Amino acid sequence: MQPLLSLQDISYAYHNLKGETPALSHISMDIFPGEFLAIVGPSGCGKSTLLSVIAGLLAPESGSIYCRGELLPPQTPCRSVKIGYMLQRDHLFEWRSIYRNVILGLELNHTLTRENTAYVLQLLKDYDLYAFKDKKPSELSGGMRQRAALIRTMAVRPDLFLLDEPFSALDFQTRLNVSADIANIIRSTDKTAVLITHDLSEAITLADRVLVLSKRPAGIKCEMPIRFPVGRLDPLEIRNTSEYQRYFNHLWEVLTGDESIT
Amino acid sequence: MTNPSPDYPDKKSTSAVSDSQRLFLKAHRRHHHLVALARGCLIVLFLGVWEAAARCGLIDVFFFSSPGGIVTCLGRMIADRSFFAHTGITLLEVIASFALVTLLGLSAASILWYIRGLSEVLEPYLVVLNALPKSALAPLLIVWLGTGTNTIIVAGISVAVFGSVISLHTGFCQADPEMLKLIYTLGGSRRDAFFKVILPSSIPLILSNMKVNIGLALVGVIIGEFLAARRGLGYLIIYGSQVFQLNMVITSIIILCAIAMAFYQLIQRLEHRYRKKN
Repeated sequence: MQPLLSLQDISYAYHNLKGETPALSHISMDIFPGEFLAIVGPSGCGKSTLLSVIAGLLAPESGSIYCRGELLPPQTPCRSVKIGYMLQRDHLFEWRSIYRNVILGLELNHTLTRENTAYVLQLLKDYDLYAFKDKKPSELSGGMRQRAALIRTMAVRPDLFLLDEPFSALDFQTRLNVSADIANIIRSTDKTAVLITHDLSEAITLADRVLVLSKRPAGIKCEMPIRFPVGRLDPLEIRNTSEYQRYFNHLWEVLTGDESIT
Repeated sequence: MTNPSPDYPDKKSTSAVSDSQRLFLKAHRRHHHLVALARGCLIVLFLGVWEAAARCGLIDVFFFSSPGGIVTCLGRMIADRSFFAHTGITLLEVIASFALVTLLGLSAASILWYIRGLSEVLEPYLVVLNALPKSALAPLLIVWLGTGTNTIIVAGISVAVFGSVISLHTGFCQADPEMLKLIYTLGGSRRDAFFKVILPSSIPLILSNMKVNIGLALVGVIIGEFLAARRGLGYLIIYGSQVFQLNMVITSIIILCAIAMAFYQLIQRLEHRYRKKN
């Protein structure tokens, strides 16, 4: 299967007057259409930097990016794969209603057509936010706000979702529900997703494949497909399976150990 | 799919007011009434002591005036219409200065944010111009622009504009970088980041900046009128002090206080409306 996006030998470093801080070191990875890929790694290892490179917000210092098999020229964002990015916090604008927040991407892309507006209204209905469309973000709970942020990302019909720890600001209970909701929504629409997380349980319960990054500068330490014999279960049910325990222990070993397993 | 979470505020439950809440509201209202009463008593006491001291000969009304003398002076100014002429021109100059300071301050701060590096180039010049005592510029303005309304408006602008640019630009630069990142991830440009994030998130800052500007524009206009006017409240203050008409000086100062208060209240209402809307 041809990857949607392919990164070959990508390196990136931050520069300031005190010197340079390498963030990514020779990273090669593929993102396949329809998969849910989770990337885990120690805090501050460069996970968000990797996502920014994939999103085209940062240009890598070396290496190549292939977009649907075509090499991207340096400093050029990928045009053939539309990217939707979810940040750590929902960043809903308090001065806009929920409806005006979720159409932000359409406004920015000048695609606020009747068809797209109807699509957004349908998403609001599907995800139980239609009754709140004229409310301000502060009137919604944390979980509802995160769903609104997802609709804002979905409104621009992305091919690839980049999820930068979007559940980290939520309390534990809301986090379990919202992460399951969002994963189900993305799976049900056959979209591709890359989830950055420092939570191994989240990675195992949501993803089809987990990449473990080493400490900074991030390199790929381990790649692990996640398969459950009974098929994909509810994230809460997955936590009770023996496979979950096995995956968790193995990933924990890799994350905390020094050896590189690929 | 999760149901709406229980932490969503239920408006129906807040409509019933408990006894303790009613008591709290009553105490709150009582406190506000007491503060208003104390304020009123303070001004009445001050005016009463002043008037009594003047009538008993404890202070010389030639130097210190008296509330009665001020009311008489105000009545005479209204009767001969000089009140309207002088107050009108000062008001016009203050409004023009304030509007131009707000417009220029906002435009310059926006350009400084938009063009990366420009603020670094201009920063030392802005700091020096802001720190410079603007009354030192007045003789230059008179030479360049002559005496009249234009000079006074420019004096009003010069007092407030540099501080306004610095404070607005600093506020713009403190916008949450993650919000700007959101705009870029959704395909927006720097222009979009400005109009969708920087400007709307800075409305409280712009309103508080306007509050400062109105006071400074008033200061600038009065300085200008001291030096280069034949009309206006600043001119009346200087003229009154030169001919020892202290009633005229203090009446003009009181009118200035009323103008400052009126402008402040106007912006306060704008701020209140904005807060209510959001």
